[in-house]
Amino acid sequence: MDTGALNSYLPLYVRAFFLTVRIGWTGIALSLAIGIAGAFVLHFKVPVLSKVIKAYVELFRNTPLLVQLFFIYFGLPKAGIAIPAETCGILGLGLLGGSYMTESLRSGLDAVPVSQTESALALGFTKRRIFMYVILPQAVISTMPAVMANIIFLLKETSVFSAISLMDLMFTAKDLIGLYYDTTECLFLLVVFYMIMLLPVSMLGSFVEKKVRFGIYGDQV
Amino acid sequence: MDPILTVEHLHKEFDGYTVLDDVNMTVNPGEVVVIVGPSGCGKSTFLRCLNGLEKIEDGKVLLDGKIINPTGVDIAKDRQKIGMVFQSYDLFPHKTILQNITLAPVKVQGRNKDEAVREAVSLLERVGLSNKKDQYPRQLSGGQKQRVAIVRALIMHPEILLFDEVTAALDPEMVREVLEVVLSLAKEGRTMLIVTHEMAFARAVADRIVFIDGGRIVEEGRPDEFFTDPRTERARRFLDSFEY
Amino acid sequence: MSPVIESIGIDVLFKGNNMMRLLSGLMAALKISMISVVLSIVIGLVLGMLMTLNKPAIKVVSRIYLETVRIMPQMVLLFIVYFGATKAMGLNLSAETASIIVFTFWGSAEMADLVRGALISIPVIQYESSYALGMTGLQTYLYVIIPQTVRRLLPLAINLITRMIKTTSLVMMIGIVEVLKVGQQIIEANRKSSPNAAFGVFATVFLLYFIACWPISLLSRYLEKKAA
Repeated sequence: MDTGALNSYLPLYVRAFFLTVRIGWTGIALSLAIGIAGAFVLHFKVPVLSKVIKAYVELFRNTPLLVQLFFIYFGLPKAGIAIPAETCGILGLGLLGGSYMTESLRSGLDAVPVSQTESALALGFTKRRIFMYVILPQAVISTMPAVMANIIFLLKETSVFSAISLMDLMFTAKDLIGLYYDTTECLFLLVVFYMIMLLPVSMLGSFVEKKVRFGIYGDQV
Repeated sequence: MDPILTVEHLHKEFDGYTVLDDVNMTVNPGEVVVIVGPSGCGKSTFLRCLNGLEKIEDGKVLLDGKIINPTGVDIAKDRQKIGMVFQSYDLFPHKTILQNITLAPVKVQGRNKDEAVREAVSLLERVGLSNKKDQYPRQLSGGQKQRVAIVRALIMHPEILLFDEVTAALDPEMVREVLEVVLSLAKEGRTMLIVTHEMAFARAVADRIVFIDGGRIVEEGRPDEFFTDPRTERARRFLDSFEY
Repeated sequence: MSPVIESIGIDVLFKGNNMMRLLSGLMAALKISMISVVLSIVIGLVLGMLMTLNKPAIKVVSRIYLETVRIMPQMVLLFIVYFGATKAMGLNLSAETASIIVFTFWGSAEMADLVRGALISIPVIQYESSYALGMTGLQTYLYVIIPQTVRRLLPLAINLITRMIKTTSLVMMIGIVEVLKVGQQIIEANRKSSPNAAFGVFATVFLLYFIACWPISLLSRYLEKKAA
């Protein structure tokens, strides 16, 4: 491997890394916000809204991010909605992830046994308090592994951002390979930076899974 | 009369911890031996050593004078002669009651399917469950499942039956229906080795009581002697714990 | 043609054989997914069974393999195989072959993990009661363990198909002409006559993927409910 090439490409990769991380985690934050809202709507069976959320979840769980991004980035401007590439990436990842998070969090809320609510009612808790102190904490803990798996999945999905000309890690690698043909070096750096991005999260995920010992392995993709 | 089952100097460890220590026992044809003892004394492990579900560190188990080797080529054949019923019944959830019972005779013993079905139905009649034959295990109560598990063992025509706390997981009202089946098997002269916590039942069914504590046989004898006048202090304390 | 249809650019799809081209692009992606799914299921079954054996060497290797697949984006793997193999080993892989290799590598790991999970979820006592009835190891697998495993596995394996279909959308990034690429070509060719084609075409692609995946998702969910 050519260390000179590695050194000269490194700054480009670092810049791309931070861009990818920024878009990735902002998208994940958005997906969590959507997921929490969606899960509440489904759990409490809010009329009309829960139908809308269900349709949204089905639509985004059953289409690839790449296609979603193409529609948002290239299609929507023709309908008068132009969104900058970076916002597109965040929005796309947030919408895709939101559909997964909604499902995971909802099943966590639904999985808390009715007897928990009943015994809390018997103790004289109000419904709101039961939700805050009894249902929510249990649901959050039991869905942690699924949420972690979703986060890992979403971080991996950031690799398609280059398709809407965001200068992320993939874009940088592809660009440099095209320009200088240092394929080995470029791919090596690509792998290294994705490892830096994902390995800690993956290890945290395994740790959480062991802690929670919940029998499901996320429900990503 | 040669014994059906002989256990010589059986020694069993889990991770260096001795569970069974120098256990010796013989079971003669038609004899019903009941093993009692405190929880964790090793009595269930003892049963599992007999049909090779557990490897043993030392000693031997002989069936009809032939050594049972858990890793030997004949182990599957030997196990056909030893029927075993577990505490948690463990029917196969994906098969109907009838299929649960006929699977092994047809697939393992290569018996004619019609013949196996006929025998299964008549055995089910005997335990009062012939109307359940096309249902799945999840549709049955615990006591019913346990009776099916007994039938599943019986249809193999075993020489000896092992019962491992077969009523421990049952609701009190279901215990009786299972014990009655076991009692009727004893009456027809089956050879059985029973681990149980039901002392009244043990007394009624046993020809001989074996008391195990701390992985060793502490005392054995006729049930009337054991229950009215145990010889050892440990057996006395064990029996006292059942009175309140 | 109504002005609405023109203004949102759906009109291009009715010109010439554009719709057929789009569909055949989808077929190209589906073909790659199907081949990869079949290979993944077969390889995954074998690997999953191996992983339940208590062999340290198998444990270490499978752990590294699963962790690689868990953290490396399929895009990165695709690049490594497509560009890297050409360079490093002098292999001249076609883009299709490279995709099938990568998706099978990924799918087999997913499948193996599912198989392993399903196998270890069968209680030990199911094995023991089979042995107690005199069954051999093979008979126990055949009549007791595998039938129960398949029930739990089927919905998950079917779910893997939809994931595979969605993931194959990536192949356009290494130059395979699939539905997105065909879409781009159509938009490009009709830039003057239908300037808004991007909206209609990509909306259609979006829907096409949904139509391909949704029924499979529903089937998977139905089977999952039935198995429970």
